[in-house]
Amino acid sequence: MTESAYLPILLPLTLFTAFFGLALPLIVERFGRKATAITAGAVMATCLVLLVPLFSFAMSGQPVIAHYDWMPSFGLNLSFRLDGLGMLFSILILGIGMLVVLYAHYYLPDNDKLGRFYAQLLLFMAAMLGIVLSENLLMMVVFWEVTSLSSFLLIAYKSASHESRIAARMALVVTGAGGLALLAGILLLGKVAGSYELTQVIEAAAQIKSDPLYPAILILVLLGAFTKSAQFPFHFWLPNAMVAPTPVSAYLHSATMVKAGVFLLARFYPVLSGTDLWLFSVSVIGGVTLVYGAYVAMYRNDFKGLLAYSTISHLGLITLLFGLSTPMSVVAAVFHTINHAIFKASLFMAAGIIDHECGTRDMRRVNGLFKLMPITATLAMLAAGSMAGVPLLNGFLSKEMFFTESIVFDGFGGSHWILPIFATIAGVLAVAYSARFIHDVFFNGEPVDLPRQPHEPSRWMRVPVEILVVLCLLVGIFPAWSVGALLASAAGASLQSSLPIYDLKIWHGFNLALLMSLIALVGGVGLYMMRSTLVHWNNQLPTLSSRMLFERAHQHLVINAEKVMSVIDNRSLQRYIAVFLVFVLIYGSWAYVSGGSRVSGVSHMRLDIASIIALSALALGALGATFMHHRRLLSIILISVVGLVVALVFLRFSAPDLALTQLSVEVVTTVLMLLALHYLPQSTPKESISLRVMRDVLLAVGVGLAMAFVSFALLTSSFSTISDFYLQQSVPEGGGHNVVNVILVDFRGFDTLGEISVLAMAALGAHALLDQLRMVQPARDSAGRLWADDVHPLFLKMLMRPLLPLALAVAVYIFLRGHHLPGGGFVAGLVTGVALILQSLAGGFSFAEDRLPRSYAPALGLGLAFAAGVGLLSWLFARPFLTSTHGHIAIPLLGDIELASVMIFDLGVYLVVVATVLLILTELGRLNVRGERG
Amino acid sequence: MEAMLAVAIGLLFGCGVYLMLRARTLPVILGLALISYAVNLFLFASGRLVINAPPIIHADIKHYTDPIPQALVLTAIVIGFGMTAYILTLALRGLSESGDDHIDMVEKAESTSSTQVKKRH
Repeated sequence: MTESAYLPILLPLTLFTAFFGLALPLIVERFGRKATAITAGAVMATCLVLLVPLFSFAMSGQPVIAHYDWMPSFGLNLSFRLDGLGMLFSILILGIGMLVVLYAHYYLPDNDKLGRFYAQLLLFMAAMLGIVLSENLLMMVVFWEVTSLSSFLLIAYKSASHESRIAARMALVVTGAGGLALLAGILLLGKVAGSYELTQVIEAAAQIKSDPLYPAILILVLLGAFTKSAQFPFHFWLPNAMVAPTPVSAYLHSATMVKAGVFLLARFYPVLSGTDLWLFSVSVIGGVTLVYGAYVAMYRNDFKGLLAYSTISHLGLITLLFGLSTPMSVVAAVFHTINHAIFKASLFMAAGIIDHECGTRDMRRVNGLFKLMPITATLAMLAAGSMAGVPLLNGFLSKEMFFTESIVFDGFGGSHWILPIFATIAGVLAVAYSARFIHDVFFNGEPVDLPRQPHEPSRWMRVPVEILVVLCLLVGIFPAWSVGALLASAAGASLQSSLPIYDLKIWHGFNLALLMSLIALVGGVGLYMMRSTLVHWNNQLPTLSSRMLFERAHQHLVINAEKVMSVIDNRSLQRYIAVFLVFVLIYGSWAYVSGGSRVSGVSHMRLDIASIIALSALALGALGATFMHHRRLLSIILISVVGLVVALVFLRFSAPDLALTQLSVEVVTTVLMLLALHYLPQSTPKESISLRVMRDVLLAVGVGLAMAFVSFALLTSSFSTISDFYLQQSVPEGGGHNVVNVILVDFRGFDTLGEISVLAMAALGAHALLDQLRMVQPARDSAGRLWADDVHPLFLKMLMRPLLPLALAVAVYIFLRGHHLPGGGFVAGLVTGVALILQSLAGGFSFAEDRLPRSYAPALGLGLAFAAGVGLLSWLFARPFLTSTHGHIAIPLLGDIELASVMIFDLGVYLVVVATVLLILTELGRLNVRGERG
Repeated sequence: MEAMLAVAIGLLFGCGVYLMLRARTLPVILGLALISYAVNLFLFASGRLVINAPPIIHADIKHYTDPIPQALVLTAIVIGFGMTAYILTLALRGLSESGDDHIDMVEKAESTSSTQVKKRH
């Protein structure tokens, strides 16, 4: 079929829609709550519509796989898969998702804007779809973590509440840690299987199970599943997560996200099951969770908490079924996954309605609601009946399957009576807590002191509950007709082998399983009757709260971390730098010693008098600035002497471009520092204690000696260079004789583009820092002298004006010749900057400000656009980014100019440099003006 | 000559490190400037010391010095300027925020600085 070849693209398209759709509610938010809700629902509906054409393939047992290479060498690919299991979960995620969207619109307070909420809900939905549609396991882990993150955000919906934040953090820590374990497990799994694609991993199942790493893989993957599905002892985050708004509890924490762990078990069932380790670890954890959750649920006074523990118990049931690892138990597990999602989502929504109407969730106060809200009560009672396993409701069917499985199972050796008894006890407990929910909330006398007067909710708020309860009945009465095909394909996809023979119907005749159901119903009601005795007895049990343990562990961690921090971190930058330098010295020396290189010590050049004089000037400048750094003006001047000597060094050793650049930078920097000094204190107080000075001197000497030694070793070691290429190709390829300039604007043009971007960012950063700043200039200097009034000597002013065109002409000249002789955009930019700044210095900043542009940001942008634009131009000629071209142009007076496309690039460089210099200097100048006025 | 340049680089590093370890903003900035010089010279030195052989192609000349370190250092100088400018404005901002030019920006009750600083509201 040619059509079907294009169908797999629907998978990435669905995820694309989901992830990009999550921005829509934020955009639509301004049009009101209704529009926002409709948008969110529409995104989910679109996803469902996109997936529907693929369902027929999944139904017939052939997975649809879409594969796009991404980073095949790492095993990371964009590959997606829709099989029966993925189809079942997609339907649950999207179907219940749409109901939750509708419900949330009525549930959340009227003055809450819903854009952010729906965006987070869609983020969760998209990530969840990603998990169930992933063929690549690495992708699946990423989606897995995104569900943890979105769950964190949604639990903390009322972010002002301390309790919400604690609960959100706890859920994130537990499920996030599980996610990391899962990642480790998947990495090992991929290593053993040789691929991260699910199909290949399933094929390698036998090899994986015989690998020595198998136990590690299994335990890590199970940790992921158990934390997510709230299995004992990781269950405690789930009841705490009930601080989330009820739509979130219904969607994430009962119907879908907590089922991700179950999904994982189903997904890896063919890969990891069939060993004793799987059998015992999965079924024992599941069994313990099943009974523990049901037992605790009975005692909860908060009905949402009751439902949360019931969820934990049901998840334990599903886990236990997967642990039993018979084909029939897997069918039962998948079936119960469907049923639980339906009845528990409806129960949560009904509970939300009651909470909404009564203003409290305490079952000691919420009583007798049947008279006040009969429709909601009926719906909730039907769903609770399903939860208890009452016949004609869907929960009964899968529980019956579970009972049957517990009887026929013989995997635990001789003691096969254990499991049926265990199952019956769990059944009794489930009936007991369901009975409590129904009896306490809807009957049991009159409401006690409710904050609000309850009545039936608005019509549409109840619709999602109605739909789900109708589904409970449909599945409960016509199971084969309603979910038979879906169940078969999902269970088949999980088993990856032929399905066992089973019969989906209500009546299987009088058998042991039916007897167990009856015992559970009667026993459960009986247990509820003697609740006062039970509560009394339970109160005498020691309370072991894993939440408390978690909090205590968390407190310990924080306190100890603070202790460690107080030792190594005293919030002194000086200390940090000193510690850093000590380590630099240690590692540097260690690397040098262990590297085994030897200093040849061969000098190639003799000393001369000029060099000695230059060195003396440099030493004078550096040492003088250091020793007299308390006198700030003096030290700035001495530092500039160092800069001048450095420029001379460049000039002497064949680097005229560097000398030019250094010289112009030196001028600009010195002006800048003097301007800044104007606002800073004029002198540094002597406050360092002698011990600190000693330490600093030692460090300074150490670093200085080390660097001198390394420099000497470098200078005298043998030399080979990769520069020959540049020297040979500069003229033919780059069309320029100045190799340094050609490297900058042509060969390594991309680096230069990055560098001028950095420069532009520094300028904008400085602009942001200075923009809000207002500094008042003191009337006197530190010595108490008045600042001179005639700030701008007339002579300087008059001299500078004619100099401007001259300086600009020099800049143009330096710019134009830069490709062949020392010069270029950097130097020309600096010279231009200096020329303009001189006008400010001579004429005053207000003089310059009237004549110069007020904002330099456009010039920065223009420069970057020139440089990047000329690079993009080469794409028009089907060449790589920043390919250059050049030709000759004869200009009168200047002679033959070889004009290369890099000229435009260099112009961009020029503009950025000029704009940076002027922006920073005039901004500093403006502070001054403000000060004078203020 | 090599030894002398090495001494110069070491000296600049030593002075730069000492100033960088001071507690006030301006000496730290000056220290960083000295270290910038030292690093630039060090990078430049990786092309070795060659006299009268600038990398400007001419038909008659056969020997040139290494242009790559020069290209690296040229941008380093300009970026160094950007950095100095940025941290200077940062220092001014810090002075305005904490009323003091201590690098840790410890807030003090009474400004000891001779410069009066006000923030626009």
